[in-house]
Amino acid sequence: MREIEVRRLGVVSYAEGLELQKTLVEQRKAGQIPDQLLLLEHPPVITLGVRSRNDRSHIVAASATLEAEGVEIFEAGRGGDVTYHGPGQLVGYPIIDLKPDRCDVHRYVRDIEEVMIRTAAAFEIEAGRLPGLTGAWVGSEKLAAIGVRIAKWVTSHGFAFNVNTTLDHFDFIVPCGIGDKGVTSLAKLLGSVVPMAEVEDATERAFRGVFE
Amino acid sequence: MATNVVMPQMGESIAEGTIVRWIKKVGDSVDRDEPLFEISTDKVDAEIPSPSAGVLTQIMVKEGETVPVNSVVAVIGQAGEAAAAPSGGNGRGERAGAMPAAAVGQRETSAPSKGTAVDDRAAAADARPSNAAAPAGPSATPGALSKEELRRQKSSPLVRRIAKEHAVDIQQIQGTGISGRVTKNDILGFIESASTGSGQAAAGAQARAIPAPGPVYKPGENVKIVPMSVMRKKIAEHMVMSARTSPHVYSVYEVSFGRVAALREKHKGAYEAAGAKLTFTGFIAKVIVDALRQFPMVNASIDGDNIVYKKDINLGIAVALDNGLIVPVIRNADEKNLLGLSRAINDLAARARSKKLNPDEVQGGTFTITNPGIFGALYGLPLINQPQVAILGVGTIEKRAVVIDDAIAIRPMCNLSLGYDHRLIDGADAGRFLSLIKERLENFDEGWM
Repeated sequence: MREIEVRRLGVVSYAEGLELQKTLVEQRKAGQIPDQLLLLEHPPVITLGVRSRNDRSHIVAASATLEAEGVEIFEAGRGGDVTYHGPGQLVGYPIIDLKPDRCDVHRYVRDIEEVMIRTAAAFEIEAGRLPGLTGAWVGSEKLAAIGVRIAKWVTSHGFAFNVNTTLDHFDFIVPCGIGDKGVTSLAKLLGSVVPMAEVEDATERAFRGVFE
Repeated sequence: MATNVVMPQMGESIAEGTIVRWIKKVGDSVDRDEPLFEISTDKVDAEIPSPSAGVLTQIMVKEGETVPVNSVVAVIGQAGEAAAAPSGGNGRGERAGAMPAAAVGQRETSAPSKGTAVDDRAAAADARPSNAAAPAGPSATPGALSKEELRRQKSSPLVRRIAKEHAVDIQQIQGTGISGRVTKNDILGFIESASTGSGQAAAGAQARAIPAPGPVYKPGENVKIVPMSVMRKKIAEHMVMSARTSPHVYSVYEVSFGRVAALREKHKGAYEAAGAKLTFTGFIAKVIVDALRQFPMVNASIDGDNIVYKKDINLGIAVALDNGLIVPVIRNADEKNLLGLSRAINDLAARARSKKLNPDEVQGGTFTITNPGIFGALYGLPLINQPQVAILGVGTIEKRAVVIDDAIAIRPMCNLSLGYDHRLIDGADAGRFLSLIKERLENFDEGWM
């Protein structure tokens, strides 16, 4: 049985989010705090994972547009490729100590996918996995992206679940370097905007269900 | 006694891992449990701590390489072993001399059996508490400072590249970025001050290559100041990097486009009917991709002391934009016929101008064609699009008087210039390459239409 503290932080800049995670990871490693799940939204930002961090040419095509739209670019220090965060997307950063019983990175990623799938199910959307492609998918469109960092089995970064995300903004990038798949959102699938708090509730329930 | 560092098993179903970054360099002191390197598996980036305290004496697996779980990736020597070495100079550089033998011996005696990596690691760590407690080498630092150093090292790839090029230790620089990160301005300022000031001999010697920029304007002068766009900055950085990286040499060949022009006239209707505009660039691209197959060294990159021959031919075509330029890439261009190439060129150029390119369409190029002749230049001397090793500049195509069989004739002529990296390509190679291009264009095979 894990003790999980869920914090709903509202809109947090990407830089602040990084700093906060860094602090919490240290505190978690030192055993000063219980496991955490941070739920928040970011202002528009493009982040690069380890697979793309030496290759910013990725984004040069749209740089003029990015500037005009006020989209920042960050190196995230997480796994995965390039991704986009922005308003209407529920970002979750679990700061979890996987020791002693969950020391398996694949299992952790599959668990996060399970949380995403259960969250979608709460809105009667059937999401699933695609072999070899991490994330939660509806058909061939990605509903939630995953990118994780682990240090001494303490996790950071996590998932990004498209609730009311402006999907046009994904045109700035090729999400996760996967060119032939699209992105979708809960709002698009349901045909109406979904209150963020409801999705936060569903995510918290799903997360506790999988991890507690 | 040296300790082997192995690729850890990060999960039951995980058989291998990719090292994405070495946080420590050979010669660095490390504390036990201090982050040593980062690996990547699936969508997970994990920071791997050092199994013991000491000095990183050898790195066997480079950044970007993937090895099976349990492979030895590095060796940590004891603090005492390191104390002798760094006392003299700056404590960096090749100190591998005495180490490899010891490391190899160690590798064999302790090669762990499959599936026990984690246990071995734990055992190794447990067996070594005395090491960890022992006074570390002279440059070893207590925990707090190490963390500070770590943060400093987390600079952007650009900053790290500049640091590498100028042999500058990022940790020596006072960072002004987020949590003390060293920004580009920090490091450029540092290099500049090192080259003008005293000390930092190594950095200074390298940095003299950059002219110290004098004041561009004084307050009150009649100037207008506009910040560079992101694209302008990227182009500037990329071009400075290219000029610094490659010793550029140029050869220019004059090529008659009489046959190509005739074929173009003859077939352009059919191409248009098939939805493609038949351009001179298409003909040149076709001949180039074919020639690159025969000259792999022109379709290559340099990685340290290695030559990397690219098996794919991904042809970049530079496209001028209103306020910059971009180089969309035709992947596997050698698999396309002239119609396919023409379509790809039309499509990429159009989407480049309307800013509708996908990011993956501007990367991975292995050779670039640029077209300074479009504005009338007789020929251009373009800078190489790194990390490629050559670039073709196409001059203007215009009718000129030429001597053929001792008679003066009028022919559409074009200067083709090849800029190439003399580290890899010699003049004779470039000559052979360009001769082939010239020969193929002047006798363009109608079967390729």
